[in-house]
Amino acid sequence: MAKLNSNHKAIIVDKVVKSYVNGKKKTIALDQISFEVAAGSLFGLIGPDGAGKTSLFRILTSLLLPDEGTVMVDGLNVQTEYKTLRQRIGYMPGKFSLYQDLTIQENIEFFASLFGTTFEENYDLIKDLYIQIAPFKDRRAGKLSGGMKQKLALCCALIHRPTILFLDEPTTGVDAVSRKEFWEMLQLLKAEGITIVVSTPYMDEATLCDQVALIQEGKILGIDTPEHIIEGFDKAIYAIKSPNMLQLLKLLEKDPAIEHVYPFGEFHHMVMKQKEVVITIPEDAVMHKIRPNIEDVFIDLMRSHA
Amino acid sequence: MYKVWMKFSFIWQEKQNVPNSMKQFYHFIVKEFYHIFRDRKTLFILLGMPMVQIIIFGFALTNEVKNTKITIINQSEGASAARLVQKIESSRYFELYSQSTDAAQIDRLFKKGAVKIALVIPNDFDPSIVNQNKGQLQIIADATDPNVATALTNYLSVIVQDFQKELNSNNTIPYKMDVEARMMYNPQLKGAYNFVPGVMAMVLLLVCTMMTALTVVREKELGNMEILLASPINPIKIILAKAVPYLLLSIINITTILLLSYFVLDVPINGNLFLLYAESILFIMVSLGLGLLISAGTDSQQSAMFISLVAMFLPTVMFSGFIFPIENMPLPLRIISNFIPAKWFFIIVKSVMIKGVGLKLIWKETLILTCMMLFFFGMAIKKFKIRLA
Amino acid sequence: MHNKAIIVDKLSKQFGDFKAVDEISFEVAKGEIFGFLGANGAGKTTAMKMLCGLSMPTSGNAMVAGFDVYKDNESIKKNIGYMSQKFSLYEDLTVRENIKFYAGIYGIASAVIVEKTKQLLLQLNLEKEADLLVGQLPLGWKQKLAFSVAIFHEPQIVFLDEPTGGVDPITRREFWNLIYDAAAAGITIFVTTHYMDEAEYCNRVSIMVDGKVEALDTPANLKQQFNVQSMDEVFLHLARKAKRTE
Repeated sequence: MAKLNSNHKAIIVDKVVKSYVNGKKKTIALDQISFEVAAGSLFGLIGPDGAGKTSLFRILTSLLLPDEGTVMVDGLNVQTEYKTLRQRIGYMPGKFSLYQDLTIQENIEFFASLFGTTFEENYDLIKDLYIQIAPFKDRRAGKLSGGMKQKLALCCALIHRPTILFLDEPTTGVDAVSRKEFWEMLQLLKAEGITIVVSTPYMDEATLCDQVALIQEGKILGIDTPEHIIEGFDKAIYAIKSPNMLQLLKLLEKDPAIEHVYPFGEFHHMVMKQKEVVITIPEDAVMHKIRPNIEDVFIDLMRSHA
Repeated sequence: MYKVWMKFSFIWQEKQNVPNSMKQFYHFIVKEFYHIFRDRKTLFILLGMPMVQIIIFGFALTNEVKNTKITIINQSEGASAARLVQKIESSRYFELYSQSTDAAQIDRLFKKGAVKIALVIPNDFDPSIVNQNKGQLQIIADATDPNVATALTNYLSVIVQDFQKELNSNNTIPYKMDVEARMMYNPQLKGAYNFVPGVMAMVLLLVCTMMTALTVVREKELGNMEILLASPINPIKIILAKAVPYLLLSIINITTILLLSYFVLDVPINGNLFLLYAESILFIMVSLGLGLLISAGTDSQQSAMFISLVAMFLPTVMFSGFIFPIENMPLPLRIISNFIPAKWFFIIVKSVMIKGVGLKLIWKETLILTCMMLFFFGMAIKKFKIRLA
Repeated sequence: MHNKAIIVDKLSKQFGDFKAVDEISFEVAKGEIFGFLGANGAGKTTAMKMLCGLSMPTSGNAMVAGFDVYKDNESIKKNIGYMSQKFSLYEDLTVRENIKFYAGIYGIASAVIVEKTKQLLLQLNLEKEADLLVGQLPLGWKQKLAFSVAIFHEPQIVFLDEPTGGVDPITRREFWNLIYDAAAAGITIFVTTHYMDEAEYCNRVSIMVDGKVEALDTPANLKQQFNVQSMDEVFLHLARKAKRTE
C-alpha cells in the first residue's frame, strides 16, 4: 500500500523543522512545514528572500538534514537513501555559477559524467534548450550573458534525465522576456513527465504553476492551485487611480473603512474591512472592483500572520 | 519479502555503477586539469617558482664568503704586516677595499656600508713578533647581521692562522699539533647543499597544500559544491580528483629542482634517485592531505590561503632546519619542530641526496611522514561532509 | 538647463565591434523618478556606469548633475548616490558603522553624522537594531537601509540598480515610499527594475533594446502608444524584438 502512495506523490514533506544557530541567536528557517507534490506537476514555492526556500531545497536534495520531520523524495528517504536519491534528482541552486573557465560543451559533458551518463545519451531531452546555446558551445561559461548562463545551467541540471528537477530562484535578476521563455521551457519539461519544484520571488510567476505554496519566514501561508488561492480570498478588493497617486494613497490610508491600501502598478489596491461598504473618494478618482491576484493574496496573508 | 528485494536491488544498482565510477573519476580529473591549464598565470607561477627560488637562493642569498670587501688599518710598517696584507688580498674570500693608518676610518666605512669587516694591525706588530714571538691583531666586524659577521670573522681568522703557520715553519718548535678539519659531504661548504632540500620542501608545500586547499574552496565559493554534493559522486572521489593534478605538477617541480641543482649549482645526487623520488612523493602526499584538510574546514579562498601561509609556510621556513638550525633552538621550539612535516623531509632529502644513504638509515623519518600522511588524509575525508554544514 | 539633472546626447560605448550603448539621448528632470528598463544585456549597466563617471563613453555627450562625464567624473561622484542589489552594505559592520563609514567617505562632519544617523534610524524604525551586524538583518531592511545610506550625503541624483530584487511585496512598497520621499525632497531617482508594476511608479520610463532607447514616455502614454493594458506588455512587445544574444 505504502508503495502505491509514493508513486502518486513525488515529494512528501512532513512536519519539517530546521533552525540555525548563529552565535547566541537561533533562527528558525523552517517551522513545521508539511506539503506534498504530485508526480509530474509543476510546483512553485513563492516567497521573498530569506523566507526559507533555499533551506527547503537543500533538505529536499539531501544536502541538509532536517532537525525534525521526515522527507520522502521520489519514494526515497532523504536521510537514509540519499545515495540513490542523488542519482535521480536534478538541482540548480540559487547561487551557482557553473565552471567559468570551462566551455558550454565541457560544462555539460562534465555534469553528464558526474551522473555516469553522456551528452549524446540524453540529448533529446535538452535539445530545445541546447540548440539555443549551441552556436556558442566553445565559448567559456564566464563569457556568457545572464540568459545564456541560465539556459546552460538548466542543460547541466537536466543532462542525466532526472525524475525531479529542483530550481532555486532560477529567474531572480532575469528580465521579463527571458523569464517568460524560461517558464515556457519548464512547461515543455513538465510535458516530458519531469516533476518540477521551482522557487521564485516574483509573485506573477505563481499563476504558471500547477500548485503553489506561499512561504514567508519559514511558514507556509497557503498552499493550493493558483485559482483556488485567489478564490479563497474572501474580502472585497478595489483598484483606484487618480491624477495624483501619492496624495490619494495618503488620503486612503486614513480611511477607517479600508483595511489596507497599497500601490499596485498604475493603481492602488484597497482591501476593505467589510464586503459591502461605501467610501468617499476624491472626485477625480476612478475606482472599480477587481479580482485579486497572487500578490494581493500574499500581502494579505503576510499581514494576517504578522 | 519486499524489504529483502529492495535491499537486493539496491546492492545491484550499486554494482551496476562500478564501471561508471572510474569514468566519473577520470572526467573529474580532466576537469581539474582544464582549470589548471586555463589559468595560465597561476600555472606559470607554479612551474616557474621552483626555478626562480633555486636561482635566487643559489646566487643571491648565499652565506658563502666570496670577494667580500675589507678595510685594513695597517699601522705597522714592517715586512710581516705587509705579507699578511698581501695574503688577505690574494685570497678569494676578500677584496681589499682600502688601506690606511687611521682607525677612525673603520666607523666611517661601516656606516657608509662600504665594508663589513676590518683588520687592525697595530704599529708594534712586527717588532713584537720578532722580539716576543707574539703578535696581536684586531678583527672588527659589522655585526648588524650576526651570521654574516661570524662567517667573515671565521674566514679571516683562518687566513691569519695560515699566515701564522707560514711564519712558524721557519722556526723550530719542540712539538706542534696540526688540526686538520675535513668537511664531509660538502668540502667546499656550499650553501646549496642546505637550501636545495629546503627549497624542495617549500615549493612542494606551497603547490600542494595551498593550491589544493584553494581549488576545493573555490568550488564552495562558486556554489558548485552544492551540485556536486547533490550528485551521486562520492565525496572521497572529489577529494582525490582534486589532489591528482597537483601530484603530477609537483613531480615536474621536483624534476626541475633536481636538474637545476645538479647542472647549475653542482649539487650532487649521491643516493638512489628512485628513493629520492619516492620520498618526495610521500611528502607531496602529506602536503596534499594537509591542503585537503584545510579546505574541509574553510569556506573562503582568502582564509584557505591565509591558513596555508601562516599555519604551514612560515613554520616550514622556521622549523624545518633549512634556515635556522633546530639544534640551537630552545627545547619547546625543538618539540614543536617535530610536528612539522618539512623537518623530516628535509632530513630525508639531505641524507639521500648529499650523504647518499639508503632507506635503512632514514626509515624512522619515512615512517613519521607516512603516519602524518595517513592522519591528514583520514581527517580530511572524515571532515569532508556528505552534506552541507 | 538648470531644471535638468541628467542630459544625455548621442552617448555611445563600443567594445571592439560591439556597440554596447548605441547613441542614446534623453533628459531627466530634477526630482523626477526615471525608470530605466531593458532586457539583460540591452546595455543598461554600461550606460549607467558612464553616467556615474565610472566608465568613459566612446562618443556623445552627457551632463550629470551639471557636470561633464568626460572631464568632471570626480565631481559627479560627489554629487550622486549609488545603490545596487549586489553591492550595498558591509555585512560584517553594524548598521551604525555602515552609516558612519559611508558618510565619512563623503566628508560629512562628525556632528552632522551623529545627528542625521539618529533621524535615519528613527525614520527606518531601526533604533533597536542600530548595533546589530547588517548581515543579521532581513533582506528588505538591508535594502531600505542601503538606500538611505546612498542618499545620506544628500546627492542630487541617486542611481538604483535593481534595488528591490527578491524583496517581499510589502517591503517592496515600503521601499518605494522611501523613493517617493526622496523625490519629494528634490533628489532625482534613476532606477532599473525587473518588476513591471514598479515601472508604473515612475514618472517616466525608458526601455532599452539592443543598446538603443526604443521608447521613452510616461507609463500611461506608453500603454496608449502600444495599445496595451500594462507595462508588462509594453516591455514584452519591445524586448521581444531584440536580436542581440551577446
